[in-house]
Amino acid sequence: MHPAPSVIVFTVLSGAGFGLLGFLGLGRPAPAGWPAFLLWGLGYGLTAAGLLASTFHLGRPERAWRAFTQWRTSWLSREAWASILALLLLAPVALGAWTGVAVPGWLGPLGALACAGAVLSTAMIYAQLQTVPRWNHGLTPVIFAGFALTGGAILSGQTTPAAVLCLGLSGLLALSFRIGDGRFRASGATLATATGLGTIGAPAVFELPHTGGTYLTREMIHVVGRRHAARLRVIAIGLSGLVPALALVVLPAGPGAALAAAVHLTGALAARWLFFAEAEHVVGLYYGQGART
Amino acid sequence: MTSLPPRVERKLGLVIDLDTCVGCHACVTACKGWNDQGAGLSDQDPHGADPSGTFLNRVHSYQVQPAAGAPQIVNFPRSCLHCDKAPCVTVCPTGASYKRAEDGIVLVDAAACIGCGLCAWACPYGAREMDAAEGVMKKCTLCVDRIYNEALPEADRLPACVRTCPTGARHFGDLSDPESEVSLLVAERGGYDLMPEMGTAPVNRYLPPRPKPRPAQASLLAPLLDIQATGIAGWLDRLLGRL
Repeated sequence: MHPAPSVIVFTVLSGAGFGLLGFLGLGRPAPAGWPAFLLWGLGYGLTAAGLLASTFHLGRPERAWRAFTQWRTSWLSREAWASILALLLLAPVALGAWTGVAVPGWLGPLGALACAGAVLSTAMIYAQLQTVPRWNHGLTPVIFAGFALTGGAILSGQTTPAAVLCLGLSGLLALSFRIGDGRFRASGATLATATGLGTIGAPAVFELPHTGGTYLTREMIHVVGRRHAARLRVIAIGLSGLVPALALVVLPAGPGAALAAAVHLTGALAARWLFFAEAEHVVGLYYGQGART
Repeated sequence: MTSLPPRVERKLGLVIDLDTCVGCHACVTACKGWNDQGAGLSDQDPHGADPSGTFLNRVHSYQVQPAAGAPQIVNFPRSCLHCDKAPCVTVCPTGASYKRAEDGIVLVDAAACIGCGLCAWACPYGAREMDAAEGVMKKCTLCVDRIYNEALPEADRLPACVRTCPTGARHFGDLSDPESEVSLLVAERGGYDLMPEMGTAPVNRYLPPRPKPRPAQASLLAPLLDIQATGIAGWLDRLLGRL
């Protein structure tokens, strides 16, 4: 799939932002006064920047409000609802922490639940697609949740849980690469089933329907260099989890968390780029693509 | 609404005969021509070095290698299959993408589409293309503005691709009626679904190429190549052969 920068930036920033907001909503940590303003501000800043970036990949951003209508069937619609609910529910909690005004205790946890809903809905947009076998399995939401929890824990300065989550995330990422590689073959889709010509022989592409590029070839049939991908996988696993874990454990709390956050977000961007770039859509079969591994 | 209708009254669709399709792309051109009215199907840099455009129908060509003998060329038109379980409809966040209960046609309400592209991702068949000029998704409408159009002569109340096909490789009808011409054709010729493993339950069917007797010789011209010269030419031939 085409790795659109707006979607990569959106999912990485809002994922980490919702993670941070979720931890703050649960009162872990529970800052007060100006530290609260900064930490809640960071959470809102990341999330809002991400959500804003997400509208850039729309053909008609001015109609984005319509995405709230189909929550019964569409994960994209549910994502919109959960995102807005989380931001609205947590706003009084954030203001209360900054100004010292008391707010009902249930608002924070409820907001945290909406944060989890937003991250999982984002993940389900991808995980539900049978047409992209690399995404279409249970580990996809786990990975998205893992990134949100890890990013949130680092940004909220919880050293020990963050270090543990970092190591867990690197492990999950390695597992997702392994599982993802076998998914296309396991889906059973081949050029023979796509054309139904398998019954009379072995089909192969003779001529394409067009000489130029199309929306389909640009959007769904992104070819990533295998060597680049292998290198990027190592970078993604190292930067999103292993290096930040080391920084958190070795360095003093303040600089450790800052370095860990910067490195983790870089690793998350690499991992998310790969998430899209390596994903094979079954429509590629019509164009002569097949299971690559 | 992006919920699929619990029941459709009719299943209008196409039956495409891969045996008779000659790959002339007339259906592609007719489709583009008819649907290019109004907002239309935009092209980008159509006369330049890197032309690109929105099409609702594309014709591939495949080479099929049987277990023994020469490979066979099969031309393969690809367009929306108006699936019973259309995944493109349920993923739509705005309700722009919908399936009609009265005839099963899958349509996009261009005025409600935000151009997120998720429906195109959900479709296994590459049936949907984003119009780069308009920023909304386009797809085959089964020429809903022709098939019910009483301003057109009755013979023209067919999808443009079907009306134009010079070899009669494209058939249009109600696939929910087992006695309809298209259903009988599917039954007789063993019409099949594309990528059944995706669980989309397509309405459109494809008819496989008929088995054909294979010539024993590789070239049909072989008998003509064995030239027996007669008369003066024959005498010259024999004379030159002796030298």
